[in-house]
Amino acid sequence: MGFYERLMTLDRRVVYLAMALAVAIPLFIPFGVPIYVTREVKSVYDFVESLEEGDRLLLAIDYDPNAMAELHPMALTISRQCFAKGVKLFFVTLSQNAPGMCEQLVSKLSKEFNKKNGVDYVYFGYKPYPGLVILSMGQNFRISFPMDYYGTYVDSMPIMQGIRNYDDMKAVIAFEAGWVADSWIRDANGRYKIPVALGVTGVMAADYFPYVQSKQIFGLMGGLKGASEYETLAKQEERIASRGMKVQTITHIVVILFIIVGNIGFFMSKKKKI
Amino acid sequence: MRWQFPLLIVFLGGLFMAVQYFVPLEASERVYEYALDWIIIVGVFAMCLGLWSLFRVSLAKIQTKAPAWGYNFITLAGLFAMIILGLTSGIEEGKPFMDSFWYIYTPIQSAMFALLAFYVASAAYRAFRARTLIATILLVTATIIMLRLIPLGPLSGVNQTVASWILTVPNMAAKRAIAMGIGLGGIATALKVVLGIERTYMGKD
Amino acid sequence: MDLVSILWNGLAAFLTLCIFSILYKDNPFYKLAEHLVVGVSAGYFAIILYYNSFLPKVWVPVFHEHKFYYLIPTILGVLMWTRFSRKWSWVSRYPIAAYMGIGMGVAIPLTMQAFIIVPLHATMQPMGFTSLSLFNNLLVALGVLCALIYFFFSKEHTGAFGGAATIGIWILMIGFGAGFGLTVMGRVSLLIERFTFLRDYFQQLIGLL
Repeated sequence: MGFYERLMTLDRRVVYLAMALAVAIPLFIPFGVPIYVTREVKSVYDFVESLEEGDRLLLAIDYDPNAMAELHPMALTISRQCFAKGVKLFFVTLSQNAPGMCEQLVSKLSKEFNKKNGVDYVYFGYKPYPGLVILSMGQNFRISFPMDYYGTYVDSMPIMQGIRNYDDMKAVIAFEAGWVADSWIRDANGRYKIPVALGVTGVMAADYFPYVQSKQIFGLMGGLKGASEYETLAKQEERIASRGMKVQTITHIVVILFIIVGNIGFFMSKKKKI
Repeated sequence: MRWQFPLLIVFLGGLFMAVQYFVPLEASERVYEYALDWIIIVGVFAMCLGLWSLFRVSLAKIQTKAPAWGYNFITLAGLFAMIILGLTSGIEEGKPFMDSFWYIYTPIQSAMFALLAFYVASAAYRAFRARTLIATILLVTATIIMLRLIPLGPLSGVNQTVASWILTVPNMAAKRAIAMGIGLGGIATALKVVLGIERTYMGKD
Repeated sequence: MDLVSILWNGLAAFLTLCIFSILYKDNPFYKLAEHLVVGVSAGYFAIILYYNSFLPKVWVPVFHEHKFYYLIPTILGVLMWTRFSRKWSWVSRYPIAAYMGIGMGVAIPLTMQAFIIVPLHATMQPMGFTSLSLFNNLLVALGVLCALIYFFFSKEHTGAFGGAATIGIWILMIGFGAGFGLTVMGRVSLLIERFTFLRDYFQQLIGLL
């Protein structure tokens, strides 16, 4: 078997090992990479930065642990920015494994900023059928959420006094790992005209650029890069996503090399056959 | 009874909800709110179907000692352990139920999806070939987008601009066309369901 | 790091490595973790459904607030469970019909608005050759048109129509290429998170020892 044929039939476990080393080694070497901020992420940052104390923001935490790596840093950074400004946050989860994500985020940040449940924020919890829940919140939050995640009546909370539906919110920022993102655009923005911004996984990011251009969403944060861009703008102490970008750089170099080597092997072995 | 009434319910429900969008009367808004409220409650019970199905299938495999039935025992043990922990300790952060979610479910789920990184690398090496013009277009575009994350010195600015242009112009055009196609398909399917032409969701007699 | 935390994180690290072991070959540790996650996730969802959905939407309204009209959707929901009976499964068509009718009815005008009319309007922007943004708008409009032409399979892709369809597939390939490039980043992010967790845990463990 020629060299190029052997190159083409390399055991996949060698590829896996190369990938594992490409991820593991940079974790032990301190270096940084430049992060270029895009217009779509800056739009979200500028909006949150323009909020004033007492303004209300709905945050939808709709991701499972499989998307936590990309979306949790975004959610943490934006929530911290809002709490620091005194913005009132309304958390909701429409994905079945997201309640745990949101509970962890809410518990961590409420202790960090000394925020009180029912006064500074409310965590509505989870309900099935995301599309219908999004529509019902446009009428009245109490239709789907008469009680919060902890079983407290929302009407007994000071933060909910005079709050009825999306009209009382400045915007929705939804952190999505699935099709519920389409529902926020179609139902929340389409019917109730509430401004919507999305934080999505890298896999989904390319699909949502049309909605930025059509102004159906006012900002888009895509994957770990989007999270790192937001962290760069927010200048907070904890920068989980930014620390991961150096590893992304090395692994992307490795993947591009794989593509190049694979194609060299393909064309050279094809040339030999001719 | 078995077909006609359900189809009538689908038709009337669908017609009302479609027309209600254009009717801003308070009475129609009330009915709309009640409909949303009640269907969410129906959804709560519908979600239990999957849980019962999992229990039934796992139990059947254990009872019949199907191959690798021991693993189904692990599945049921996990299921009942979480239910007991949840009912006894509650669902707040720091309780055993949430600790089990964070230290058992989360690492396994995250690791399972992390495996995809290895498979993507393997696919890039073994399958990503510039065999045809359109495959080459795909390959070159993917490479330019991936190069965004690699510092290229003086070329970084150029690459960032080109990548941004690709994402906001041709990629946007492609994704918009796909989304419009999906939207049209969705409307056609919804109309077929409301008009009773599409009935597969009702099962068979 | 206290002992309880060490044990919990140790369990998480063990389960992570069980999943990664599939990269070498299939083995009982991977199968154990795979089956465990199915059960744990089902149990987790059952409890969340109970506390967040059943209690506030069914139990409390009916039995504490005496809003007995909520028994109607409750009964409809329970009728869903007849799906498992061969003799009575037709009864489950009623709640399914209610959900499908409402869900589909609501979707028709909203989908038309959000995914057809607004995008069409956004595609019809001022176009020209005098500035980059005008030229980009022209490219977007032509790109959307050609890609939609590609999907029109009722007419043979020949002549000018075929030419437009060819340009359409090129545009689509650029879209898929962009998607793949971002997908690599997305998948690697998850791997980075798991490796970071393992590094931090073993570093802390070594530090304690």
